[in-house]
Amino acid sequence: MRVVKLAKKDLAQAAKKLQAAYKVFAPVKERDFHNFRLLGEGKEPDFDFANTRLSAKHIVYPQSEKMMRASLDPSQEEHHIYKEEEKDYSPRAILGIRPCDAKAYDLVRLNFDTPEYKDPYWTKSYEALTRVGLACTSPCSTCFCTTAGTGPHDESGLDIMLVEEGESLFAKIITEKGEALAQKAGWSAEAPEDAASILEKAKQAAEGAVTAKIETDKITQKKTVEIYDSNIWDDLAFACINCGTCTYLCPTCWCFDIQDEVVNKQTIRIKSWDSCMFPLFTIHGTGHNPRPNKVSRVRQRFLHKLKYYPEKYGIGIHCVGCGRCITQCPVNIDIRRAAKVMNEFEPVEACKV
Amino acid sequence: MSGYTEKIRELAKKLLSEKTVDSVIGFREGSIPLIAEPCIAKTPEDVDKLVWNSFCGVNLANYLTKRTDRIAVVAKGCDSRNIVTHIIENQIKREQLVILGAPCTGMASRRKIAAAAGGEILSAVEQGETITVKGRDFEKSFAKADVLQDNCAICIHRNPVISDHMLGSPVPEQTGVDRYEDVRKVEAMDSEARWQYFEELISGCIRCYACRNACPLCYCPTCFVDESQPQWVGKTADPTDTRTFHFLRAFHCAGRCTDCGACERACPVGIKVRQFTKKLEKDCLELYGWEAGMDEKARPPLDVYKLSDPEEFIK
Repeated sequence: MRVVKLAKKDLAQAAKKLQAAYKVFAPVKERDFHNFRLLGEGKEPDFDFANTRLSAKHIVYPQSEKMMRASLDPSQEEHHIYKEEEKDYSPRAILGIRPCDAKAYDLVRLNFDTPEYKDPYWTKSYEALTRVGLACTSPCSTCFCTTAGTGPHDESGLDIMLVEEGESLFAKIITEKGEALAQKAGWSAEAPEDAASILEKAKQAAEGAVTAKIETDKITQKKTVEIYDSNIWDDLAFACINCGTCTYLCPTCWCFDIQDEVVNKQTIRIKSWDSCMFPLFTIHGTGHNPRPNKVSRVRQRFLHKLKYYPEKYGIGIHCVGCGRCITQCPVNIDIRRAAKVMNEFEPVEACKV
Repeated sequence: MSGYTEKIRELAKKLLSEKTVDSVIGFREGSIPLIAEPCIAKTPEDVDKLVWNSFCGVNLANYLTKRTDRIAVVAKGCDSRNIVTHIIENQIKREQLVILGAPCTGMASRRKIAAAAGGEILSAVEQGETITVKGRDFEKSFAKADVLQDNCAICIHRNPVISDHMLGSPVPEQTGVDRYEDVRKVEAMDSEARWQYFEELISGCIRCYACRNACPLCYCPTCFVDESQPQWVGKTADPTDTRTFHFLRAFHCAGRCTDCGACERACPVGIKVRQFTKKLEKDCLELYGWEAGMDEKARPPLDVYKLSDPEEFIK
């Protein structure tokens, strides 16, 4: 695993150079925050950011995606026969993704890439992506990555990891994909001998700077029926307004809806983000809704993130501690509060199963 | 607004112990700076979590619709006007409510403070009309008046219009306020410029519906964007669908919106959502002399006709 060195100020230049070989996504300034956008006409990268407002989820998994279309015009040949939508899975690269957002792809992959079923849209998009991460030097006070199974210098979701060191960046090249990108970017200046120890020191410092935490170690031990039926949810859910902010901003949320839209004698099947917070999420064809109210939906969200997912996959919670749900929730619902209450939950004697 | 916290706790304790109400809706301390979390207290022992400060921007009237219990609720001027609107629209009965009126000198804008602070805010302390924020390597103080939410800066109804108890003495109402400077700017634009203006206004909308859900007026069992038989609006972030959502929602708020700012505060991508409803508010005022939520007994203009209505066809 080699480490190269480049100047911070050359990163934007490298982003431009890479556009010859990749579709490059980088943080772009929008209003008073940043978002990952495709670089090109009028979109310049800006790496002076803590984290993007939306996660990097939409690079692999767009908010809406056309799957297939059919002509409804009887005069057309092959009318009413679905044709797959043309897709472009040419190589793409994301520059400056934070380790938490990169790790999130791996958590989501467990859902979309299984031995039994593969979501072709998600998997092909993911496989075409080279991930150049930017390790965190100053974690935010709402970042709780270190207790969410990842960390400010976690390499596990990355092909290259960039670490700031004064006016320079060390680029740790982790995978073959990373090597290929480094070649194309012209990143060849070998880092000095002591790079490894500098990186280790930086990692320790960053991990030590993470102050927020989530307490979830006892949640999987709780009996599902007991915690589900308990009265802890009324208080946790009261403020919730059931919008989609937390789910849309979350890098690990994966739920989607499929809809057919008819426009001008064409029907197009589209896959879009959905949210368990929305009332329609679980509505049945009969009109019955098993999650008819806010409390049941909020309960489901936290049980899924902190209990069902860890129980199913055995690799920890369905959260990377990016903190977006905490900072952006319009009514200050805090997953750390919910986790603490769940972690400390003990059923009343009468309700024990 | 000092002393409100103690007054709220005192009243809440009394109302709950005497069983005058089943629950008290207010705020508790936020888990991060510059925001307070709406909460409900159901026992006298639970009232000590209730607080009041200039971060209590959420409109608590949003939590009242279709409730069947007896509730005490803390209400600022704008919130109280939404309560009046709820009563007029049969979403709650006056008898169910004990309104704890909070004369308000305005709510602080998280966004404005964050932009002015220039770094992550780790703590915020309010003292009188000053807000002091601390970051890793800075400390800044702001006069609250300089960092108010946009709607609070031009508010002309800071005192609750309906209440059962007041948490403090009435505050002086702002005078000489031009509420429609921004609307007139858009009215003066030609259609090309106006189109561009609205395109930029909506850009980046992710259709999370935080604006709609934070709004006390949006209580339809099935919102028009969620209707599927037939489907009126697509579920993607297609620009036409996004325009439809915002414009149509604004029209549904015409004559009802109190400019509480809940929509704008809730938006995770900083869209100035109030710009859609301000024009309609101006129209209702100029055409019908109407301000939403001022009087429980008054029928709204889109509900009723008067001989003085300006349209010719009614005469």
